[in-house]
Amino acid sequence: MQKELGLSGQGRPPFWRDERILSVLSQVIVVAVVAGLFYFLYSNLMAALTVRFGSNPISFAFLEQTAGFDIKEFLIPYSRESTYATAFMVGLLNTLVVAGLGIVFATLLGVAIGVMRLSANFLVNTIASLYINIFRNIPLLLLLIFWSQAVFLKLPRVQEALMFGPVFFSQRGVAVPWGIPTDSWPRYSYTLWGGLCLAIIVGIVLVQIGKRTGRMPLVSLWTVLTFVIVAIVGWIVLPQPLTFSFPELSGFNTRGGQVLSPEFMAILSGLAIYTAAFIAEIVRSGIQAVSKGQREAASALGLTGFQTLRLVIFPQALRIIIPPLTSQYLNLTKNSSLAIAVGYPDLFAVAGNTIRNQTGREIEVFIMIMGVYLALSLATSLIMNFYNRRIKLIER
Amino acid sequence: MATAVTTRKTRVLAPPLQRYGVLGWLRKNLFGSVTDTLLTLLALGFLYLILRPLIAWVLSTNWAVIPANFTIILRGSYPEAAVGRLWICVYLLFGLAGFSWGIWFRKFQSITLFVLLIPALLALIPFIITYNRMNLLVGEAVILVAYAIGRFWPQRWQGFAGYLWVIGLLAMPFILHGIGEPPLLLPVVMTNLWGGLLLTLFLAVFGIALSFPLGVILALGRQSNFPAFRLLSVIYIEFIRGVPLITLLFMGQAMLQYFLPPGTPTIDRVIRALVAITLFSAAYTAENVRGGLQSIPKGQYEAASALGLSTFKTTMFIVLPQALRAVVPILVGQFIGLFKDTSLVAIAGMLDLLGIGRAVVNNPNWLGNHQQVYIFIGLIYWIFCYAMTYASRRLERTLGVGER
Repeated sequence: MQKELGLSGQGRPPFWRDERILSVLSQVIVVAVVAGLFYFLYSNLMAALTVRFGSNPISFAFLEQTAGFDIKEFLIPYSRESTYATAFMVGLLNTLVVAGLGIVFATLLGVAIGVMRLSANFLVNTIASLYINIFRNIPLLLLLIFWSQAVFLKLPRVQEALMFGPVFFSQRGVAVPWGIPTDSWPRYSYTLWGGLCLAIIVGIVLVQIGKRTGRMPLVSLWTVLTFVIVAIVGWIVLPQPLTFSFPELSGFNTRGGQVLSPEFMAILSGLAIYTAAFIAEIVRSGIQAVSKGQREAASALGLTGFQTLRLVIFPQALRIIIPPLTSQYLNLTKNSSLAIAVGYPDLFAVAGNTIRNQTGREIEVFIMIMGVYLALSLATSLIMNFYNRRIKLIER
Repeated sequence: MATAVTTRKTRVLAPPLQRYGVLGWLRKNLFGSVTDTLLTLLALGFLYLILRPLIAWVLSTNWAVIPANFTIILRGSYPEAAVGRLWICVYLLFGLAGFSWGIWFRKFQSITLFVLLIPALLALIPFIITYNRMNLLVGEAVILVAYAIGRFWPQRWQGFAGYLWVIGLLAMPFILHGIGEPPLLLPVVMTNLWGGLLLTLFLAVFGIALSFPLGVILALGRQSNFPAFRLLSVIYIEFIRGVPLITLLFMGQAMLQYFLPPGTPTIDRVIRALVAITLFSAAYTAENVRGGLQSIPKGQYEAASALGLSTFKTTMFIVLPQALRAVVPILVGQFIGLFKDTSLVAIAGMLDLLGIGRAVVNNPNWLGNHQQVYIFIGLIYWIFCYAMTYASRRLERTLGVGER
């Protein structure tokens, strides 16, 4: 019988056509090739590094040495006597500041333009569409260099600074009013943290009430309101935790306020303006993807325009918007590494350029930089995936 | 009652003018309600604030820096003597584009006319020299002839166009770089002389062409039933997507040599950049293609298996064609991103379109021309990207994505 069917052995095909054997074999071969390739690269690297550094080809000991270079902007105490590790942290914090503020501004601008893009008004619609089409189709790096060299460095000298209310624009940067902490500031900051906790508790309680009664209160409004009330009450009760200092001209410089450097302004505005164009498209397509029937059904139920938006359109649009929005946030964070082109000392500029050139420890520096960006990416996507799961449609 | 209605003389009304005509349009789109009117006025004020200084600036600015540096912006320091080779490559591209347009889009549309007239339109740029204008007109002839051939090409041999593209793209680096010693036909032009739009297009075209197959393989690996393939693909994709391109570019420039056996001749700078761009872009292609693979219903696999197709044949002839067609618009979007990202090589010290722009504004003869140069370069980038966006929108309609 087996002979007639042309099968040999125990009813199994020969090993070179047996899928089970082939699948194991092919995986083993591919893994072996990849591992071999890595071993080849690794041994070459080690050989080259041993020639260069002798007995310790890979070592992070340099982090303890004195950096010996200046960084223009720092959030933690730093001078040229600090260690390379401190310099690295300065760069990292600068990256986080630019990425965080960039995300906030890009989202605000992007949502505004995305909504404008949906307007029935021809002019408003056209302006939004022009904005999107212009900024999506030019390289970010060009935009950054343009902002830095053709806008912020072309501003007038300090003596002829452009003034918009209390804000001064000049070659030296943008001077804005700034709060200076007084003695009561520490107590006030505790109050703010307390307010934040209270706001979160209020939010959770309201959501529970909404779930029990079936009438969801305006959760976000009340949460924000709680925080604002605590902040205002704290401000009144404690004797003035901040005094405001306004920038003013004095000779060849501005005095008072806080000066935001042209480099910082260039990278921040470039990132925000560029990413906003992408966010606007995401917001527009997300809102448009909610089917017309939903809107009609809502109005048939007698919901007002605002209620329709809040209860019907927005929750559904959010589901579509969140995943691509996440990847835009990640892009913005990674794109902040282009700060090197405008002279802002972010992680990549400090570590990937200055530290690497001074110490010659290239592989170590790249491992650290890539590790940081990988961790940032993973953290962002974890948070956003968690949020995404929370609001995901539960299919029945 | 009913008869009364039917027997009444009906009077045909003309369409209300207000709803059509110019006034009607204005009313509907700009002054529909009080809020609408307010918005319109706000927008007009905004446009006035932006446009008035902008137009005044454009008209009052000296743009002499652009014509004076036009050649260098286009091709960097590529030697005058070898310019003929650039034109051969341009003809090759025009020919391939015309031929495949003829094959793939048989219906003659207004966009076809526009595509076919691109060389002639380019010849209308005011400040180019006669030699280039003549070459563009030759290019016009090439594209028309190629289109005519493609139009009447037998439907059976459609796949031929794909092979032609591969051959043409393989030939191009050799034509640009030259082979062998001076007595031969094509003396070598070192890549450090390549620059401007030439270098940008080179990196973009070959970045796309090389990263695409790698990305497809990675996507298939990630969807594979074999855990080892899946793991390797996931590690690669997630690692690359987690780091900025600029770190890869710098690593390629600074460290590639360390990973090779001692004594290996130094790898060309442009190749190193191309490797970084390709490896980077492949991870993103893989994720996009994976979306397409996931959209293929299980029935397709089962049907193929019922027909007795092997896994390889199922993938090549059943799954991939459908998966790729589903993600064409997304892939075009990604390739636009790659085109823009090639500008990062300027940070690594190369003179691509953006790098040349920086070099021009730092030239002592042209100090203080930042705005003009960067705006002009931005315009070049914009035209290429917008053309790709537009083409992808048309392609989406032609392929009927989402209508199946």
